[in-house]
Amino acid sequence: MQAGELTDRAERGSATAAALPVLEIENLQTHFLLRKGILRAVDGFSCSLNPGETLGIVGESGCGKSMTALSILRLVPNPPGKIVGGVIRFEGRDLLALSETEMRKIRGNNISMIFQEPMSSLNPVVTIGRQISEAIWLHQGVGARDALLKTVEMLHMVRISEPERRLSEYPHQLSGGMRQRVMIAMALSCNPQVLLADEPTTALDVTIQAQILMLMTELQQSLGTAIMLITHDMGVIAEHADRVVVMYAGRKVEEAPVEEIFANPLHPYTHGLLRSVPRLDLSSTEDTARRRLSEIPGTVPPLDQLPAGCAFSPRCGFATDICRREYPPLEAKSPGHFATCWHSDQVRSAGP
Amino acid sequence: MSATATSAAELVPVLEVRELKKYFPIRQGLVSRLSGKVYAVDGISFDIHPGETLGLVGESGCGKSTVGKTVLKLLEPTSGTIRLDGRDITWLRRSELRPLRREMQMIFQDPFSSLNPRMSAGQIVAEPLAVHDIARGPQRLERVAALFRRVGLRPDQMTEFPHAFSGGQRQRIGIARALAVQPKLIVGDEPVSALDVSIQAQVINLMMDLQEEYGLAYLFIAHDLAVVQHIAHRVAVMYLGRIVELADKRSLFSQPLHPYTEALLAAVPIPDPKARRGARTVPAGDVPSPINPPKGCHFHARCPYAMERCRIEFPALRELQPGHFVSCHRH
Repeated sequence: MQAGELTDRAERGSATAAALPVLEIENLQTHFLLRKGILRAVDGFSCSLNPGETLGIVGESGCGKSMTALSILRLVPNPPGKIVGGVIRFEGRDLLALSETEMRKIRGNNISMIFQEPMSSLNPVVTIGRQISEAIWLHQGVGARDALLKTVEMLHMVRISEPERRLSEYPHQLSGGMRQRVMIAMALSCNPQVLLADEPTTALDVTIQAQILMLMTELQQSLGTAIMLITHDMGVIAEHADRVVVMYAGRKVEEAPVEEIFANPLHPYTHGLLRSVPRLDLSSTEDTARRRLSEIPGTVPPLDQLPAGCAFSPRCGFATDICRREYPPLEAKSPGHFATCWHSDQVRSAGP
Repeated sequence: MSATATSAAELVPVLEVRELKKYFPIRQGLVSRLSGKVYAVDGISFDIHPGETLGLVGESGCGKSTVGKTVLKLLEPTSGTIRLDGRDITWLRRSELRPLRREMQMIFQDPFSSLNPRMSAGQIVAEPLAVHDIARGPQRLERVAALFRRVGLRPDQMTEFPHAFSGGQRQRIGIARALAVQPKLIVGDEPVSALDVSIQAQVINLMMDLQEEYGLAYLFIAHDLAVVQHIAHRVAVMYLGRIVELADKRSLFSQPLHPYTEALLAAVPIPDPKARRGARTVPAGDVPSPINPPKGCHFHARCPYAMERCRIEFPALRELQPGHFVSCHRH
C-alpha cells in the first residue's frame, strides 16, 4: 500500500464521496477447472456497491452468490477454482491485480466477511480476545494493550455481556448467537468499508436472527459500512436490503431497488421465487383454508449441463423459441431496474 | 383407506400424547457417574386426528425433535403415555412394536444423510415393503413405480443412486419411502428446511396433496413459522421442553397469547419491503440450557411482562378459549 493512502481512519468514512461506489465488479468470471470440464460458477457478473448501502444478493444454492463474495476477497479455493476474467475495483484499485501481500492488508481491514457457520472462521484453540485483538494490531499498527481495549469495546458494541470475562473464553464456550456476534465484532473491528455477509443468520433461530440483523443495521449506520448481504431468505432481503441482485446459474438475472423488485419483478425466476415464498401474513386471519403455494417447476440444472439460450428457459412459463436459442442481454427495463429476459413485458403484466 | 378414516375422525385421534417426558442422563468421568439430566421434553400433551397436521414449532434445543423421535418410539420415553390409534404403545417392546411401525413413518430434515448412498432409489423405497413383507416380486416393483410417479419422480429413476438426485428429489424419495407402507401418521422433522425456496414450495404442496388423498395425519416439526402457517391446521409452540401455547392456526397467528409466541412472530422477517417494521421488540438473550432450566416459567428471564409470580411458579397449560391452550400467568 502506498504511503498516505487509506491511512487516516477517522477521515475515511466521510472523505469517500457518497456518489462513488466503494466496490465495483465488472464482468467477473470465476471458473472451476475440473476433469469433466469447466464449471462457470460465476459467469460475467457485474455490480457496484455504494458506501453505507446494503446490497442484497439472492439465488438458490449453487447460483454463484457465495463464489462472488469469495472472489472479491480472492479466497476462491485454487485449484480447482480460478478467477479467469473481470475487474474488481475497490476504491478505484483493481484487487485482482494486487500482490498477495497487498491483498492481505485489505482482507479483514478494508473488506471483511462473515460466514454462515461461525465455527468455520473462528479458531477453536485461540481465545476470543486474542482472535479479535490480533486483527486489530495486525492492521491498525496499535500496541497489544490498545488492541485489547478496542476488542472490549467491540464486544460491548455487539452486546456481549461481561466482555472482559469473555476475552479469555474459547469459541466452544459460547452459544451460536454469541459466536455470530463475536464474528461480527471481529469483522467490524477495523471499521471496514465493505462487509460481505454470506448467509449471516441462516443457522440461527429467528429471535437471534432478528437481534443480529438489527445489530448489523445499527453498526452500519454508525460506521457507514457498505454491506453485501447474501441470503436466500426473501424476508431478510425485504427488511434489510436497499437494492437487490438476483442470481441464477452463475449470472445476474435481475437488479433493482428493493421496493421495485418486490412490486414489479421482471425476470420470471424472481417472479416465481416471490410467489413461492410462504408468507407469514398476520393480517389475513380469515384465511383458514390452506392454499397451494405456487411452484417453480423442475430444478436448477447442473452448471456443466446448462441448456442453450437462457438458463432458466426449461423451468419458465414464459419461454419461447428465442429463449431456447439466445441468452437475453442485461437491459435497463426502467431506470435502475435491469433484467435479462426476452419477455419481461409479459412478466410485468402478469403482476407480482 | 382414506374413506373409512374420515368418518371416525372425530372419535379416536391417530396419536394421543399425555404428559410425555424424556430426560437424557448426563454421565461424566471414568465410572460414568450420573451428574445431571437434560430435561429435553418435560411433560407435554397433544392429539393429532386423521387428516390433520399439527405444527410443532420452537427454537433449536426446545425439544421438538425429541418429541418426534419419542412418539415414534425411536427413543424410549421417561414417562407419560403415547397412544397410536387408541392403543397404548408407550412401553411396547421392539418385537411388539414392529407390526405397528407400518402405521407411523418419519421424514427427515437432511435428504443427504438420511438415504443410504449404497442403495438405489428403488431399493430405498422398497425396503419398508420388504421389512413388512408387503407385495413381492413384480408386484412390489409395480408398487414402487407407482410411488415414484405419485411423488413426482420417474419410474426409470428407480435404478439410480441417491447422489444422482438433487435435494428436492431426495426429499421426494424420503416421502415415497414413508408412504410405501400406507401409514396413518407421518412425523416430518424439518422436512423442507434444507431445501431452496422454489423447491420447498414443491415439497410442501406434495405433502398437502398426499394428506388429502390418503387422509394422513402429520406431526410437522419446523422452526419456520411461515411454512407452518401454511401447512398446519393446529400449532403447538414449544419452549425449553414444554408446550407454552397450542391452538388452531388462525387464533395462534392472529391472537398469540403467550409472550414467547408473540416474540417469535415479531421476529420473522416479512417478505414485503412496504411492511418494514423497523426496530422491533425482540426478546434479548439466548434460550437457557435445558440442563438447568430456570425456576417458575421457563421464559421469565426473557419475558417483557415477567412478574414476581413468574419467577417462582410454573404456569400450567390452561384452555382459555375453546381449543386455545396457554401457559402464562398473565391470562
